[in-house]
Amino acid sequence: MLGKLSFSAIPLDVPILVGTFLGVAVIGLAVLGAVTYYGKWGYLWREWLTTVDHKRLAVMYVILAIVMLFRGFADAIMMRTQLALAYNGNPGYLPPHHYDQVFSAHGTIMIFFMAMAFMTGLMNLVVPLQIGARDVAFPFLNSLSFYMTLVGALLINISLFIGEFAQCGWLVYPPLSEMQFSPGVGVDYYIWAVQISGVGTLLTGVNFFTTIVKMRAPGMGWMQMPVFTWTAFCTTVLIMVSFPVLTVTLALLSLDRYLGMHFFTNDAGGNVMLYLSMIWTWGHPEVYILVIPAFGVFSEVTATFSQKPLFGYKTMVYATCSIMVLSFVVWVHHFFTMGAGANVNTFFGIMTMIIAVPTGVKIFNWLFTMYKGRVEFTAPMYWTLGFMITFSIGGMTGVMMAMPAADWILHNSLFLIAHFHNVIIGGVYFGYIAGMGFWFPKAFGFKLNEAWGKRAFWCWFVGFYLAFVPLYILGLEGMTRRMNHYDNPDWYPWMLVAEAGAIVIACGIVCQLTQLYVSIRDRNLPENLDLTGDPWNGRTLEWSISSPPPAYNFAVIPDIHGLDTFHTEKQLGLKAHGKPLAPIHMPKNTSAGVFIGLFSFILGFASIWYIWWLAAIGLIGIVATMILRSANRDVDYYVPVSEIEHNEEVYSRRIAAAQAAE
Amino acid sequence: MKKLWRYLPALPALMLSGCTVDLLQPRGPVAEMNRDVMVAEFVIMMLVVVPTCVATLYFAWKYRASNKEAEYLPTWDHSTAIEYVIWGVPAILIAFLGAISWWSTHAYDPYRPLQTDDNVKPLNVQVVSLDWKWLFIYPDLGIATINQLDVPTNTPLDFQITSDSVMTSFFIPRLGSMIYAMPGQQTQLHLIASAPGDYLGEASQFSGRGFSDMKFRTLAMDPAQFNDWVEKVKSGSENLDDTTYPKYAAPQEAAPVQYFAHVQPDLFDGIVAKYNNGMVVDKTTGKVMHMQSVLNAAPSDTGMKE
Repeated sequence: MLGKLSFSAIPLDVPILVGTFLGVAVIGLAVLGAVTYYGKWGYLWREWLTTVDHKRLAVMYVILAIVMLFRGFADAIMMRTQLALAYNGNPGYLPPHHYDQVFSAHGTIMIFFMAMAFMTGLMNLVVPLQIGARDVAFPFLNSLSFYMTLVGALLINISLFIGEFAQCGWLVYPPLSEMQFSPGVGVDYYIWAVQISGVGTLLTGVNFFTTIVKMRAPGMGWMQMPVFTWTAFCTTVLIMVSFPVLTVTLALLSLDRYLGMHFFTNDAGGNVMLYLSMIWTWGHPEVYILVIPAFGVFSEVTATFSQKPLFGYKTMVYATCSIMVLSFVVWVHHFFTMGAGANVNTFFGIMTMIIAVPTGVKIFNWLFTMYKGRVEFTAPMYWTLGFMITFSIGGMTGVMMAMPAADWILHNSLFLIAHFHNVIIGGVYFGYIAGMGFWFPKAFGFKLNEAWGKRAFWCWFVGFYLAFVPLYILGLEGMTRRMNHYDNPDWYPWMLVAEAGAIVIACGIVCQLTQLYVSIRDRNLPENLDLTGDPWNGRTLEWSISSPPPAYNFAVIPDIHGLDTFHTEKQLGLKAHGKPLAPIHMPKNTSAGVFIGLFSFILGFASIWYIWWLAAIGLIGIVATMILRSANRDVDYYVPVSEIEHNEEVYSRRIAAAQAAE
Repeated sequence: MKKLWRYLPALPALMLSGCTVDLLQPRGPVAEMNRDVMVAEFVIMMLVVVPTCVATLYFAWKYRASNKEAEYLPTWDHSTAIEYVIWGVPAILIAFLGAISWWSTHAYDPYRPLQTDDNVKPLNVQVVSLDWKWLFIYPDLGIATINQLDVPTNTPLDFQITSDSVMTSFFIPRLGSMIYAMPGQQTQLHLIASAPGDYLGEASQFSGRGFSDMKFRTLAMDPAQFNDWVEKVKSGSENLDDTTYPKYAAPQEAAPVQYFAHVQPDLFDGIVAKYNNGMVVDKTTGKVMHMQSVLNAAPSDTGMKE
């Protein structure tokens, strides 16, 4: 009846997990209780859970990303603490069974549910606003994508308390992840969580690609598109090409595990290296899916806070596109040690190095954007400067490992770990946080606190170097990744330094939480309010409307005459819109995404535990909801002119109030 | 105080003194090449990275908003000359590094046999990765060991590597390049130990529960000593053949060192063949041959029958 599921699947014997469960339960009940107490369920359902508004979905994505950051970071600091203890005969406090789940979950959560969710959130908030669109091309799919991502995140976190998670790394390499070596449900949790969220990501890719191609304001040609939108565009192309590969790869692994097939098994013709090749065909573009939008953020932030246009806009676009293409021809550098021939290794090594050229160009472009500008040291600019330095170093170590002859000794070492954290923290994370600070006033109508933002930056910056420079050194000392304990006295001091670094980063996260708290508390202070919708003297269209924007974004779709039209018109003192108002066609909210998400969760959870009748209910539920949704013709409405006029008037009064205050 | 400053440049060295930085202190020609390539790359890249970081900080500071002295060009966004430089310099640099990459990848391909100046006969070692230990078979000497690799110095070491469990990676940091060990496949690696010593050997690809203890000592000694060691092993009594192998190959954490005085000659081929329906590629002839061994007959649970 319940498949593999029984009471013994609940790890009551692991105090860390029981404690975590109690903590999550208390916080969860407190949140639910508060919503009930204040009678906000109806509001939450109507305005948020069933919304198809890209700006609200963006907020939910970023909240999910921040919660997942806590989970992923908790895993990180547990690993660092284990290795600071488990030296010279001391087994530490995490036995291999637990430790192996922790490092597998850390990577999976940080990439799929922290970084991807954060990136999708930023794209959701900014792209339609930058191109002068009223929503994305497929608003319902956008809501569905969010619930797919959320379900993936829920599944992976439920594995903490029911059953176990995978113990074979964040890419679950076979044959270790095959039934023969991993008979538990851990790998199945991984497969279903990643597959379901992967569907969501693919839909996001299709959605934003279509939005950018079809829904730009009149006059906005490709070369008038803001840089962030360009980077989002490249990312959607990468998503559409690479995510199907991930889906197929994991589907083949599922066939091995569920139906006893032999794609990647040791015997009967299975081939492990086929899996490596396929997973990295997705996996390498994936890192560019994450980092390219971050490049877009830095471009916007640097130009705005240097009070100058971006240096070399066209170069930036070409560089981004060449990175997009090149990211598909480098995947073998993840396994130079497979024993491929010298020509194969050389080809992929040199291709990898070539990516450094357009990436270097980008760094120089930001550099020359600051040159002869008026640089304002806001918190987003701090993250940007920190990025430029950190990413240059991370890029350098990346090129070092792109050389097969060097990778043959650095592969799988802590040097590698230090390298990719160097580019992912220094590039991706710094970028997203800069973006969050930059666009926060657009989403909420008030600014984030600067002082706490800068404190957070310093903690992260210093903490990063303390935590990861020792890992570079440990890699040179021959320490491989994923070790649970060791007895080499040379490694021990560096592990202590790395632990200290993790603690400093923890302080950074506390500063970020404080920043959010202080900002919300002081939101109505005049210096924090964003009355004009243009708090930074911005250059692109999102700053031409109120903060937060109305559901339909633009009362009148603007005409575009070139790059940074909004900024040019502002300089010339032109009024952005003089066209007559007309009723606006908008999508209605829908609960279909919530229900498909719910049934996907049931399908995933039931399949993990082999509860086939329940899986069937989940699958039928998904299909039925889709049919019902397709049959529903009542999916749109018109915003009447009177409402638009009212909103515009309120906005004008706020601008006048802001001008009077100056 | 003034005097102390003079010692400042030595500080990093001081901090590392007593530590072995395996990858920077090679004990063989392959590892020396690995290090030289790595260090050369680092130095070349620093020529760009350091000025970039300095310029980032300098520009940000010089053109800070409060510095009204600095020139401000609010519409300047293009310079063909600068664009040539920022595309050109990285391109030249990468072309140069690409040339190093081409040369080193070919010259030190792990599959390429090595030679010493005095043409010493290579030592063949067959490496089998097990859960969670390493089996070393010396086919020409008829002996084997678990979790200890004894090798003569200044002798080319020809490793033939496979796995009888999950995929792992065979790595002796101070001797150089690593290579994957994969079930049903044979990979090759060529190394030389140029100085006697006791070097760490490890599995560098995570392989499950016992992974952290899946390491071995690599004892490099001069050839005379090595011969003595071989005699010592041969005088033992343990046998490694089709019938005893499954016992030693069973999963085991933190396995102790073991010596085998006699090894069945085709054991390694049998281990490879059992994942390939009894087929194995003969290393010397390059031909596919069929193995009839007990290992092969023992059905791997789902293996197809011929």
